[in-house]
Amino acid sequence: MKVKQISVFLENKSGRLAQVTRVLGENNINIRALSIADTTDFGILRLIVNNPDPAYRALKDAGFTVSTTEVIAVEVKDEPGGLARVLEILQNVNINIEYLYAFLQKATNAALVVFRVEQLDEAIKVLQENNISILEGSRVYAL
Amino acid sequence: MYWQKEYETMPRERLADLQLERLQQTIKRVYDNVPFYRNKLSEAGIEPGDIKSLDDLSRLPFTTKQDLRDNYPFGLFAVPMEEVVRLHASSGTTGKPTVVGYTRNDIVTWSDLMARALVMAGGSKKDIVQNAYGYGLFTGGMGIHYGAERLGATVVPISGGNTSRQLMLMQDFGTTILTCTPSYALYLGEEMVNTGIDPAKLKLRIGIFGAEPWSERMRNQLEAKLNLTALDIYGLSEVIGPGVAMECPEKKGMHIFEDNFIAEIIDPETGQPLPYGQPGELVITSLTKEALPIIRYRTRDITVLKDDECGCGRTFVRMERVTGRTDDMLIIRGVNVFPSQIESVLLEFGDTEPHYLLVVDRKGTLDDLEIWVELSDKFFSDKVRALEDLEKRLRARILSVLGISARIKLVEPRTIPRSEGKAKRVLDKREI
Ligand SMILES: [Zn+2]
Repeated sequence: MKVKQISVFLENKSGRLAQVTRVLGENNINIRALSIADTTDFGILRLIVNNPDPAYRALKDAGFTVSTTEVIAVEVKDEPGGLARVLEILQNVNINIEYLYAFLQKATNAALVVFRVEQLDEAIKVLQENNISILEGSRVYAL
Repeated sequence: MYWQKEYETMPRERLADLQLERLQQTIKRVYDNVPFYRNKLSEAGIEPGDIKSLDDLSRLPFTTKQDLRDNYPFGLFAVPMEEVVRLHASSGTTGKPTVVGYTRNDIVTWSDLMARALVMAGGSKKDIVQNAYGYGLFTGGMGIHYGAERLGATVVPISGGNTSRQLMLMQDFGTTILTCTPSYALYLGEEMVNTGIDPAKLKLRIGIFGAEPWSERMRNQLEAKLNLTALDIYGLSEVIGPGVAMECPEKKGMHIFEDNFIAEIIDPETGQPLPYGQPGELVITSLTKEALPIIRYRTRDITVLKDDECGCGRTFVRMERVTGRTDDMLIIRGVNVFPSQIESVLLEFGDTEPHYLLVVDRKGTLDDLEIWVELSDKFFSDKVRALEDLEKRLRARILSVLGISARIKLVEPRTIPRSEGKAKRVLDKREI
């Protein structure tokens, strides 16, 4: 139920994001989703890729500061209030969301939302109890 | 355990009396016997009788390495050559070396200091000391050798190098104490791994490492690789050699043998003495040396003195690891800043191999300090808040350590230029 996310530290200077994608490309790694959180000085690039472990090693070897984090990928129904419902469920049990970002599945057109929470297992449990569909890591990597 | 308990645990007040008495004798000795000192003291308007308290020390002129060079080879000796039983010399990278001499009594004093150091580390006459410091003109080898013999330990005078023989004898003789530079010790540790020697099967228990700067991180590596307690020792030939200060197993700095030396910390720029706890240049005055007494010698080593009580029971003040040389000092907004202070903060925060750069610029009339810190995996978080918090905490800690504010800029690994494997620590863009 958990998905491995790669995070990369980037300084805010031109060409760094391109360099990351180049390294991944050279190692035949495909990016499934990405999001950047940035401040005036630096950014944190978060990536879901098809092959997380080799991606981590490739970026590390290329000299980047990299870490892996476990996140969950939730399928959100393409209807009004779809995301709100998921947020509500988590809020009701006091699970704090560090951040989230969304991407589209090609096949179904349903939105996938990546959640980063501290209490991962609890979040999975409560979402499942509420019949929210959580994607297996293997499915997300293969999207 | 102490070697000379009376001195090593002497109450501070009595120690001060002893220091004053010995300082007065030393000043008289150099005034009477060394024209260089007589001239310097006269120029400063000081006669031996003027030294009435330890506070008068700060009125005395400094002695520098250049003074030793200028008086090459024996110009600063305070005894006739027939009294000198040994010479050592420090390597001069340019031109002549600096030469130091010892009387028979000096050798006894030095041997006792080194015996103290060995006992402080936990050594006794039952130990087998493998002395891998270089023998010869360098003071390291002979200094430790005489101390270990004085203690009654068994010395293996193997000197540096010949690693395979070091490892063979270490196993065959059952060496318990290893003395060498920390970098060579690390090399020995690596060679043990390569040659399949299990350090747990060796009898090694104590390592006394010095003659070059090292870090807490190296201590951890050395202790893990060699399966021993690694302790720091400080000394310099101009003062006596190894055995000026030694770290006790509390590992909270090196006790300076204050019955033989007075240590001061000064502001290297102004020459003004600084209180305990503040970083600055270590200045040493010898109190018992006969052949080459030395007055307020500027070591150019940057350290901090601490006088809080030590668990080992010794009353001598402690100096922290030498964290840099005065040559590296910067003055920013009128405050002395040593790059090593930034390093110590980063180490404190758990950065094991800090890479940083002090970028100094002048904005208007004000100096501006920005500190680039290469973000290591250990510090990295996928949460912006965590990184901003790290910046904030670093900033606060640096403000309290340096006394000036600095901006922190987290940068990617390998962003900071390195030349010949060594990182550049300072980029001074000020045009003054
Ligand atoms: Zn102690």
